[in-house]
Amino acid sequence: MTTSATSGPRRGRTVQRLGDRIFSNSALTAGTLILAILAAVAGFLMLESIPAFTTDPEDINILSGQPFWSYVAPLVFGTLWASALALLMAVPVSIGIALFISHYAPRRLAQALGYIVDLLAAVPSVVFGLWGGNVLAPAVQPAYTWLTENLGWIPFFAPPASGTGRTILTAAIVLAVMVLPIITALSREVFLQTPVLHEEAALALGATRWEMIRTAVLPFGRPGVVSASMLGLGRALGETMAVAMVLSASGGITFAVLTPSNPGTIAANIALRFPEAFGENINLLIATGLILFAITLVVNMVARWIIGRRKEFSGAN
Amino acid sequence: MSTSRTETEFPNPYSAGLLGKRTPLAVLVGAFAVSVGVNWLFQLAEGGDFNIVGTILLTAIVYMVVIYFYSLLVEGARKAKDRLVTALVGGAFMLALLPLVSLIITVVTNGLARFDLEFFTYSMRNIVGEGGGIVHAMVGTLLMTLTATAISVPIGLMSAIYLVEYGRGPLARAITFFVDVMTGIPSIVAGLFAYSVFALIFGPGIKLGIAGAIALSVLMIPIVVRSCEDMLKLVPNELREAAYALGVPKWLTVLKVVLPTSIAGIMTGVTLAIARVIGETAPLLVAAGFTNNLNYNLVEGRMQSLPVLVYNQYVSQGSVPQAYLDRAWAGALTLILIVMALNLVARIIARYFSPKTGR
Repeated sequence: MTTSATSGPRRGRTVQRLGDRIFSNSALTAGTLILAILAAVAGFLMLESIPAFTTDPEDINILSGQPFWSYVAPLVFGTLWASALALLMAVPVSIGIALFISHYAPRRLAQALGYIVDLLAAVPSVVFGLWGGNVLAPAVQPAYTWLTENLGWIPFFAPPASGTGRTILTAAIVLAVMVLPIITALSREVFLQTPVLHEEAALALGATRWEMIRTAVLPFGRPGVVSASMLGLGRALGETMAVAMVLSASGGITFAVLTPSNPGTIAANIALRFPEAFGENINLLIATGLILFAITLVVNMVARWIIGRRKEFSGAN
Repeated sequence: MSTSRTETEFPNPYSAGLLGKRTPLAVLVGAFAVSVGVNWLFQLAEGGDFNIVGTILLTAIVYMVVIYFYSLLVEGARKAKDRLVTALVGGAFMLALLPLVSLIITVVTNGLARFDLEFFTYSMRNIVGEGGGIVHAMVGTLLMTLTATAISVPIGLMSAIYLVEYGRGPLARAITFFVDVMTGIPSIVAGLFAYSVFALIFGPGIKLGIAGAIALSVLMIPIVVRSCEDMLKLVPNELREAAYALGVPKWLTVLKVVLPTSIAGIMTGVTLAIARVIGETAPLLVAAGFTNNLNYNLVEGRMQSLPVLVYNQYVSQGSVPQAYLDRAWAGALTLILIVMALNLVARIIARYFSPKTGR
């Protein structure tokens, strides 16, 4: 509005209005602020976790004398192991649901079914935790007992079975339910983008619906499914409350998924310990949080990189 | 097929060697009947309740086995595999419905026990056993979520405007990439960040409502940016060009043309973002702490929130465990109702406030 150069037309340069400058600069500031926030998250976490490394482990009573890394190792293992189990369960089911919505369900119904799956994503994690601890764990406990008695020779199902059902497998089931909507939503989008000509060509050659999906839809959607799984992994790694409320952790590294002694996860450990922590213990917990941040950052960046790479070649279709 | 000896027996070429149209349904009903029978026998033998989940799973397995071998005998291997995959894909969807249905049923049935007037008019101050309510948590959730919204909407919206209207080159690409990455920050890390900031200023052990709000806005900003960006991109370029052609400056074009056109979508996105962060527990547990008292002051003292209350009641069950569990379930029910209401509002906004296009 406040025009500084209304006197005459100038060649080669557009008129710089004050409003324009203020507006574009504030937009730029907001954009840069996001980068600054992300940097600040990393920076402040690092700053606050320094005392955990400089203090003598004897003085940090959560550590109770053991060195930092031997305290963190089981937590990192538990985080990765629980997320891997969750992903193992969630990915096949998600691909199935995504295919069901994109290629099997009637068109009219498909959108409504999509909403139902999205409904799972809307449930707060604390509610999942409550459900997992009070409903799911007692419900699966008899199955665990049966598994240890009959399939106990498989290392994963090594006895003794947990009496409460609050094992890492139960936590992984809850995590799987929580990441299901994320993986499904993205896979569905990718499957729907499959070039119709490819599908019709496969069908015209006499392929059954499954053969059409195997030869046309799945190869096309593979990068999308991979990156969707990575995003789901990122969510599972950082999920706190559901694990904290379901898993009864006792530390130690073990691959057995049905026993009462389970490794904890970083996020759940922070949530359980933080309210009572004091002094350098807080810095220790923040240091573990920094490790979690680094892990999820790497996972998410790889996922985004795959998606970004995919965008370039799918533009032609 | 074979050389027909009798002239009268013509196989229909379109249905020969195929299962009938109703066969899968019949097999499904049969499988269901069989598994109900099996479960009933189990119930007779070992007692206990009728196992609904077991019945459904058994039905699925029986159906898959029967339809596969039936089809293998009649239609051949390729068709059989196709039918098996169809059953598996449908089964995957049913499998996902199980936890959702179970969760909703348990939350509603258990939550109704304490879903009363006292629950919404009392705080937890001086309450050790039964009774008590969630007023303090509702106030905390409301204050912190509103503050987080007030912080993240301007930043998020302006960033989206930058990305869509101004951003070119490496900076815009970096922002897009890191917004995506930021979406994946674990919520507890956001809480630790907010705590660290305030701990450096005020000393360790500080828990404030405003810290909780900042933690929430770290989680909220990327969601707002993404949804606003998508909505701004939907605005047709012709509208912008028409405005430029009339000599309207760019900032006024954005303010008076682009934003009004996309305001419904932006409001929907913001509402959904609120719905996402209102259920966050971990960051508030770390940054804002928990308390039994009503606290209206964001910058002084701990502040309770609804999700943290649910967690607290569940984790530290006091002298009367059932009373604590009841409160946890009722809190969970309240939380789910709030989230559902927000989602509903978002849909209503999207439907009724979107610009009316001629076509």
